[in-house]
Amino acid sequence: MNSGRIVGMALLGAMLGIAATGSTQAAEPPLKVGLLEDVSGDLAFMGMPKLHGSQLAVEEINKSGGILGRQIELIHLDPQGDNARYQEFGRRLLNRDKVDVLIGGITSASREALRPIVDRTTTPYFYTNQYEGGVCDASMISMGAVPEQQFSTLIPWMVQKFGKKVYVIAADYNFGQISAEWNRKIMKDLGGEVVGEEFIPLGVSQFAQTIQNIQKAKPDWLLTINVGAAQDSFFEQAAAANLNLPMGSSIKIMLGFEHKRFKPPALNNMHATANWFEEIDTPEANDFKKRWHAKFPDELYINDMGYNAYNALYMYKALVEKAKSTKLEDMRKVIATGDACIDAPEGKVCIDPKSQHTSHRMRLISVGPKHEVTVEKDYGTIQPYWLGEIGCDLTKKNDKDQYTPSHLPSKS
Amino acid sequence: MSAELFSVFYQFADVFAFLILSAAGLAIVFGMMGVINMAHGEFIMCGAYVTVGLVNLGVPLPIAQILAALTAGIIGMIVELLIVRRFYKRPLDSLLATWGLSLIVTQSMLLIVGSAVRGIGTPEGSFAIGGYTFSTYRLVLFFCAVAVLAGLYIIFMKTRFGVIARATMQNAAMAKALGARTGRIYSISFGIGTALAGLCGALYAPTMTLIPTMGATFVVESFVTVVIGGANVLLGTAPAAVFLAMIRMALNASYGQIIGQIGMLFAVILIIRVLPEGLSSVLVRRGR
Repeated sequence: MNSGRIVGMALLGAMLGIAATGSTQAAEPPLKVGLLEDVSGDLAFMGMPKLHGSQLAVEEINKSGGILGRQIELIHLDPQGDNARYQEFGRRLLNRDKVDVLIGGITSASREALRPIVDRTTTPYFYTNQYEGGVCDASMISMGAVPEQQFSTLIPWMVQKFGKKVYVIAADYNFGQISAEWNRKIMKDLGGEVVGEEFIPLGVSQFAQTIQNIQKAKPDWLLTINVGAAQDSFFEQAAAANLNLPMGSSIKIMLGFEHKRFKPPALNNMHATANWFEEIDTPEANDFKKRWHAKFPDELYINDMGYNAYNALYMYKALVEKAKSTKLEDMRKVIATGDACIDAPEGKVCIDPKSQHTSHRMRLISVGPKHEVTVEKDYGTIQPYWLGEIGCDLTKKNDKDQYTPSHLPSKS
Repeated sequence: MSAELFSVFYQFADVFAFLILSAAGLAIVFGMMGVINMAHGEFIMCGAYVTVGLVNLGVPLPIAQILAALTAGIIGMIVELLIVRRFYKRPLDSLLATWGLSLIVTQSMLLIVGSAVRGIGTPEGSFAIGGYTFSTYRLVLFFCAVAVLAGLYIIFMKTRFGVIARATMQNAAMAKALGARTGRIYSISFGIGTALAGLCGALYAPTMTLIPTMGATFVVESFVTVVIGGANVLLGTAPAAVFLAMIRMALNASYGQIIGQIGMLFAVILIIRVLPEGLSSVLVRRGR
């Protein structure tokens, strides 16, 4: 079924992928930025802000003189949420278009599909989502938040506030499975109990049985790490069945903006820890939101993926300008100094030399009955410390692996 | 105990309603007319979007749902006139043509309406039995599914149109020779099929996220139900839905959604292997 969509994809790619070149006064050829984001298919509503964030950053950087005096040429392709197409387009951008940097991927499945292809080249790759953490790979720079920033803050808070019994609804692929593993580990450390875990195939939209299983297990709160538009129907159906339990998540609100897409009070009592959500009210954040909405007045919500995608280009600019080179090895020398930082709308963020993940200012937010968002707690800046603690050190060794609490580096 | 019993019935009714409502339209278009309509999901999406659009304009939900089903029906008749009509003798080409239509429609909706539309919320109302709470609207869906089956029975078994339609589907040339206006029959039947698809989207619109590709979540279940049901809408689709709903409900309850889905599809493979003509081949033979 999917292969036939290539035609539609190619048309859309042609329309959306046109480079935002502007006037190239510089004699030097432009820097090519390859971008793979889904703007059609099941995840289009999340991917669209990622494309917009990238376009906004490219436009701003080009207007202020580019990177090392070179303009940026953005080459966007739409893989439509299809992992095979991620690989095909990844090869095309890396080998044929010879991009200077590759950015993108939404699901962790798409990232893991891309990573081996990137690893065979010397091109840097930026992954711009929050995710389940653990990738120790010198080619990849991660811009989003990871479990030690999201789960190690959220889960203890939920346990303290609502109780020790949790029920997990997770999407059935690597993101959901590994996130559930993180939850089990943290709950065990806290002396809590996972009273139920349900993994849902992507595309499932009917949840009457799940809702009843939850009521049978009688949890104090729910961890909802369901993914995609179909699975999000859970919230509407749970609200209609009057399930009425507190919920926590690492992807709801700031990423899927369910509080904007569903009628209140479906998302009432949802909690999440985030480095970005559109409701952040600081002068830097407000200025950023103003520029975004000026360029994209129809944007329903600036989600954290879109925000991270925007930051990724500025981080790339900072790395290239400090290294005075677009080569990955030179950029990694800058990262190794620990001085790879940018002033982002959330505040200053830096890349950790050991894991090449990004520090973030984390806030715990909650959604009220009218879907208003409140900041419950500000954790300040949290480092992505976990990979370094378990022995990933990219300044010394390139593991090219993804670690989880049950898959740790072998001691050597 | 009664709470557990009711909960089993409720879960069965929920899966049954989903299968019947998503498959009813396809049962006519594919089961009876033999058109492999790959755009079935897009007619469901059409029903959902029209419903939400009308509710946002202030139309009461039930009226919006009826209008949405009618809209899908009218669009279906236009599609029949412009595209499907040319492919009645070429089923594989009809697959390609409707598939192309489906791609064009989802992509156009994405470009015109955007990637996500705000939902309208399920009508209020829930009730509690034992330790469980249930949504009233899900039961409404079940009764709608039963009403759709009853309506199809009346249309195709008790009306003059139904007799002529069945005659046309069985042997169009003979029906034409006897004076039936077969072109109009095909057009109206296709319209009824797409109107039922639109009704499915309209009924599920309040409970789901609206995105242009939402039809895809219905398509697998609808094709599976129609295929194992066989050519007879009433004696095929309904028993197929009962059968699949029981398997899926039992597995969902004991082993979760993954096993529920795998088990249902496994049962489908078995049935197609044993009964290539579908359940209705057995039931119809018995009935003779």
